[in-house]
Amino acid sequence: MNHDYVLNVNGIDYPISTDSSRNLLGVIRSDVGLTGTKEGCDDSECGACMVLLDGQPINSCSYLAAQAAGRAVTTIEGMVDDDGDLALLQRTLLEEGGVQCGFCTPGMVLSARALLDRTPNPTEEEIRIGLSGNLCRCTGYAKIVAAVARAAEQTTEDAM
Amino acid sequence: MSLVIAESLDEALAEVAAGARPIAGGTDLVVASRQGTVPLPESLVAIDRLIELSGLSGGDDGVRIGAVVTHARLMTDATIVDQYTALADSAALVGSPSTRNVGTLGGNVMNASPAMDTGAPLLVLDATAELHSSSGSRQVILSDLWIGPGATSASADELCVALQLPPRKPLSGSAYVRLEYRRAMEIAVVGAAASITLDADGMVIEGRVALTAVAPTIIEVDKLDLAATTPAVAAARAATAARLSARPISDIRASDTYRSHVIGVMAARAVDAAARRAAGETIAVPVNRATGIGAAR
Repeated sequence: MNHDYVLNVNGIDYPISTDSSRNLLGVIRSDVGLTGTKEGCDDSECGACMVLLDGQPINSCSYLAAQAAGRAVTTIEGMVDDDGDLALLQRTLLEEGGVQCGFCTPGMVLSARALLDRTPNPTEEEIRIGLSGNLCRCTGYAKIVAAVARAAEQTTEDAM
Repeated sequence: MSLVIAESLDEALAEVAAGARPIAGGTDLVVASRQGTVPLPESLVAIDRLIELSGLSGGDDGVRIGAVVTHARLMTDATIVDQYTALADSAALVGSPSTRNVGTLGGNVMNASPAMDTGAPLLVLDATAELHSSSGSRQVILSDLWIGPGATSASADELCVALQLPPRKPLSGSAYVRLEYRRAMEIAVVGAAASITLDADGMVIEGRVALTAVAPTIIEVDKLDLAATTPAVAAARAATAARLSARPISDIRASDTYRSHVIGVMAARAVDAAARRAAGETIAVPVNRATGIGAAR
């Protein structure tokens, strides 16, 4: 059965008319047309599909799109700053070598963003817990954790 | 498939009475359908926005936790962390941050997995489930609610609206520990929750222990008499009693003989941590992280 609703993604309202059983990931990629959000396991394990729902990370593969109506969805495309430049977390991932194939990176960035919004100066343990739903099969996490720590340091320094 | 986003409890109850399955975070229903194990029900009613199901309020009568309160909220709520700590321990171990942001306590309770982390804490904290239907409401103790793996005694038209937990006695503490092979996205190999009340001399007045993933449902260790013992003796008694109560299966995560042994270790560690908290010691939530993987000391 079709369900009509408005999906707000990165601050823009998209009218959606689609089957109620569709997942948020599929609607973002196919109907909204933003393909930065990835499908990995399609099983809520790997975090490649992660988006922010009202600022909190969720696995969009296992979330019904219609349940996101009226809420704020943020995808990796919404992370660039106002000038269209890469976000600080994206820059520190590049600087630390925390990106190899890049498939997990959108989810990593969104998890890290939510972590730093909640905990601006996280310990390494807090970073690892914050990223614990995001699997990377290339780099081995050390450089990703370092990139999040570096972003936190730079944010703190800029604020001083 | 049809989906109704309920805007009131009455609307949700009418949908459930008409055959719709309730959905909140979807971490069981949608994941199972994506895995291909169980297709999505033909008719769903989303209950995650109902104010009637989202409250978390404590007082002299204990605490009432709305069915759609998330794990993320449970693990950080001051009342739960301070007084119902075992529940916070367990919520902090569920899945990953993204699971905990949408997974709900009511979903756990009604999904009735014998491996659910929040179940054993709810048993030792003496929780009851508040079930509503179009024709009324009733309180059900959880040992009567859970009747088998994935099965409850709730009738098809009943919706879990809240969990009620009675007030805690002075000098009480609780803890949940879980044996795990990895630190996130894990399901309990086995787990144990304990609630311990001490007297002013540090002797145990009463204690309860419940077990995860060693029986068809979450179970409480029966005939457990921990009164007038030291916490160390209580831990040893709980270990023996837990091994006798366990009726585990062998599966991909562990053999039955291993589970039968290690459930005693987890029960003893849960009693130890609960007694230390009862005595005023601060052990951060979750115990597993505060004291090491699998809660080794």
